[in-house]
Amino acid sequence: MNAKLKETILTPLSMGNPITVLVLGICSALAVTVQLKGAMVMGLSVMVVTGMSSFVVSMMRKTIPNRVRIIIQLVVVSLMVILVDQLLKAYSYGIEKQLSVYVGLIITNCIVMGRIEAFGLANKPVLSLLDGISNGAGYAIILIVVAFFRELLGSGTLFGIQIIPQAFYNAGYMNNGLVILPPMALILLGCIVWVQRSIQKELQEK
Amino acid sequence: MEYISLFVKSIFVDNMIFAYFLGMCSYLAVSKNVKTASGLGVAVIFVLLVTLPVNYLLNEFVLSPGALKWLGPQFANVDLSFLSFIIFIAVIAAITQIVEMVVEKFSPSLYSALGIYLPLIAVNCAILGGSLFMQQKDFSNLGEATVYALGSGVGWFLAIVTLAAIREKMSYSNVPAPLKGLGITFITVGLMGMAFMTFMGISL
Repeated sequence: MNAKLKETILTPLSMGNPITVLVLGICSALAVTVQLKGAMVMGLSVMVVTGMSSFVVSMMRKTIPNRVRIIIQLVVVSLMVILVDQLLKAYSYGIEKQLSVYVGLIITNCIVMGRIEAFGLANKPVLSLLDGISNGAGYAIILIVVAFFRELLGSGTLFGIQIIPQAFYNAGYMNNGLVILPPMALILLGCIVWVQRSIQKELQEK
Repeated sequence: MEYISLFVKSIFVDNMIFAYFLGMCSYLAVSKNVKTASGLGVAVIFVLLVTLPVNYLLNEFVLSPGALKWLGPQFANVDLSFLSFIIFIAVIAAITQIVEMVVEKFSPSLYSALGIYLPLIAVNCAILGGSLFMQQKDFSNLGEATVYALGSGVGWFLAIVTLAAIREKMSYSNVPAPLKGLGITFITVGLMGMAFMTFMGISL
């Protein structure tokens, strides 16, 4: 049991990372990574939604008829997303506006549905909750790494605080405008995959 | 004229894939060859064209603040916009189910071509994203919403077919082992996105 618990928590962070290995939930991963703050909020929201909806579906798993399970899962997930969205609107309106439609798009984020289908339907509620949270964390880590580079190179700040000293700018250093633009997020993600797969050789594709 | 400019804009400038990364999961998973890619692309156009106008009407007459006025003056202050996620996704799931049944009944050949992709589309971000952007952009009539749906569908189709064609050719080239598959695909999509960005300055 202990080994399984450990595996459930640790796999999504590296060998089974939802973004770089399973290729789930890329849609939002790229759009919200211009700033570190937005990326962290998004990562946290996904953690909460994945964990809670896995938990709820797992509690109902013996009573859900197989044929209508997708609709039921969608309803559970969208309820969780509405809760998160209303919370964000109440407590950090600026960030909610910055994330715009991508909060709503957590509903169709493949990580949430994927974890419910693959794990929540077959395991006990508490274990599913943990699995959901750690998959959300695996997603959040990648988001934060991408956002770190994009904010640092693109605007010279981290969390909105100036990091690159003014003296550099005076000496002729310029922020890289390209990094802010959407395509660069994809290329950065490609580089992360590259680094991960050169370290963990068993992940390489033939 | 407005319609044409909206159409061109939603294909090239506001491309679902390259500007907003919507529908990325199936975009990366189903772009290994051109034939299946175009099947999925057509299915996306189809479902977007059906769901977006329906969601537009729902948004105009049920969800947005004050939309329930037609029921009587006492409903003028009702704001149901917090329900939009759940209503939109329910409409999308229901419509994909209906579309699947109708297509199966009336056009078995189209069904066998699209068949496996239709259920997948219910959870494609591009479809829900289309509806959410529609809500954000505040279109003034049904025609605009339909044209936007067609345009973004065509843009998605174009993007997936191009990527599939590139990946077909790429399988003959010598890519570094850790980059093979996923990594090089990300980078290719990034470069394609940069190419698409040349459309950005165009104002129509």
